[in-house]
Amino acid sequence: MRRFLLPGIVALLALLPLLNLLPEGHPIRVSDFVVSVAGKWLCYAILALALDLAWGYAGILSLGHGAFFALGGYAIGMHLMRLIGPRGTYGHPVLPDFMVFLGYQELPWFWWGFGHFPFALLMALLVPGLLAFAVGYLAFRSRITGVYLSIITQAMTYALMLAFFRNDMGFGGNNGFTDFKELVGMPLNTPFARSVLYFAALAALVGCFLLSAAMTRTKFGRVLAAIRDAESRVRFLGYDTLRHKLFVFVLSAMMAGLAGALYVPLVGIINPGEFSPANSIEAVVWVAFGGRGTLVGAVLGAFSVNALKTWLTSFAPDLWLIVLGVLFIAVPLLMPRGLVGMLRR
Amino acid sequence: MTGEGLYLDGVTVVFDGFRALNTLSLLVAPGELRAVIGPNGAGKTTMMDVITGKTRPVSGIARFDGHDLTRMEESVIANLGIGRKFQKPTVFDALTVFENLELALKAPRGPVACLRWRLSGAARSAIERTAEQVGLAERASDPAGRLSHGQRQWLEIGMLLMQDPKLVLVDEPVAGMTDHETAETARLLVGIAGERSVVVVEHDLDFVRALGCRVTVLHEGTMLSEGSIDHVQADPRVVEVYLGR
Ligand SMILES: Nc1ncnc2c1ncn2[C@@H]1O[C@H](COP(=O)(O)OP(=O)(O)OP(=O)(O)O)[C@@H](O)[C@H]1O
Ligand SMILES: [Mg+2]
Repeated sequence: MRRFLLPGIVALLALLPLLNLLPEGHPIRVSDFVVSVAGKWLCYAILALALDLAWGYAGILSLGHGAFFALGGYAIGMHLMRLIGPRGTYGHPVLPDFMVFLGYQELPWFWWGFGHFPFALLMALLVPGLLAFAVGYLAFRSRITGVYLSIITQAMTYALMLAFFRNDMGFGGNNGFTDFKELVGMPLNTPFARSVLYFAALAALVGCFLLSAAMTRTKFGRVLAAIRDAESRVRFLGYDTLRHKLFVFVLSAMMAGLAGALYVPLVGIINPGEFSPANSIEAVVWVAFGGRGTLVGAVLGAFSVNALKTWLTSFAPDLWLIVLGVLFIAVPLLMPRGLVGMLRR
Repeated sequence: MTGEGLYLDGVTVVFDGFRALNTLSLLVAPGELRAVIGPNGAGKTTMMDVITGKTRPVSGIARFDGHDLTRMEESVIANLGIGRKFQKPTVFDALTVFENLELALKAPRGPVACLRWRLSGAARSAIERTAEQVGLAERASDPAGRLSHGQRQWLEIGMLLMQDPKLVLVDEPVAGMTDHETAETARLLVGIAGERSVVVVEHDLDFVRALGCRVTVLHEGTMLSEGSIDHVQADPRVVEVYLGR
């Protein structure tokens, strides 16, 4: 029975955009809204998987994974901005509107190469990976763990948010990037593009899931669990835990970057708000709610908490942050092993 | 060259002005079994901390087979061939007995090597043999979290053996064990010495007697007496600080 559960869920998810193609008014037609919301959740589920690898398996509670997600989103956003070309309001052949507005004469060096999709995609993985390497190396080498590590990662995303809010950073300041036109030759904002992006996200989720599942079943996965439960003991067994933690942290950040890269074309906008500390905390709540240390739990948590959020914000948007705070505190106390733990019992 | 074994000379460790170790010297030859006894707070665990790189001495020499232990990372020292069983048994509860032993098995320890690791037939039988040796063959696929206290101690000793160390440090292995388990443990430790050096810290003098080896008495961070169990038990200084209580 359990063997068919996951393929069944994937098949069901794959059906959504197809049901969207049915004529308007058909009883089982799925609306555009549902497809785009479900597409976002797929990206969130990838982010949840990434966080679960670091936190659930290796005990690295990152409160800054939203930053890796946002950086991946910005990398693809830069590509989408370059593709607008002369179709911007100012009609400049090279410079995005906000640069023209701010009086830029030429493209800053760090925008070079983003005209090419493969380069942008690579950067969506590499930039979060490098940041995770730098932060992880410094923190793990100094043996910073637990709540101190969480605070450092939270500070990291907050600092990036403040930096990206600045106009002179060259990333569009508080408006960020939007008004995208196309991606890989495909006009955005069409039902077709929505379906393609949806399937890309679904494929990425399945791929990340299988990769994570394969990885956590190896001895490396067991070393991570051992580090989570008694890191110093693992060192006395002769493992250089720094390398193992760094490996999983960087991989996790790259996965989060991929999630962000898939997310931005779907929602059509990226701004510094994506770096907000609350976003990272939200991702932690997904994983905790679903059940950390189980991959299914991370995915289920991302879907269910976001379903709750979508439902709640439809009539009481102000309530969400309060509910998030309550979940953040209540879930570890009342359901320490999450939904999956409760279902298994 | 088989190496000089363990060599501590004049080792001093200070915690906030308090001398946990005070010019301690100790020699353990290759293959030797040595018992270390001493009252609570004598510095026995701290001595192991120095040898395994957990604590740095303020002065003195700590060498193993010519390597300066005071300058090395814990994981590097472990890979030199020094294995340690902690006073409070720490096995990995979430993993099975077999997986605990597998993690300890001597093999490349980097992340990529661990990702690519496949359990060979030889490795499997080495693990099964050790599980047998420490009396846990039947529990191999149970999570370590479900073992009794004594079984956890044995699993830790088993994990030490998997590392195939040249020097084994065992901190209070029989605390909380039944008499039968204690006798078993003494047999086990005597059996593994010879091929490797073993240093056992213990309070239980019947157990130390069963080990039948040279005994070092620590007191206030320094060596008080050394010799056979009968010799140290007859030493008036030892009687005064420790045995006479
Ligand atoms: N990290 C530390 N910080 C401060 N003091 C310490 C530290 N570790 C040990 N000590 C002190 O050093 C002294 C020696 O401690 P140690 O644990 O080595 O004793 P022990 O001989 O192992 O005792 P026991 O038989 O109780 O295990 C004790 O007085 C202890 O309180
Ligand atoms: Mg002690």
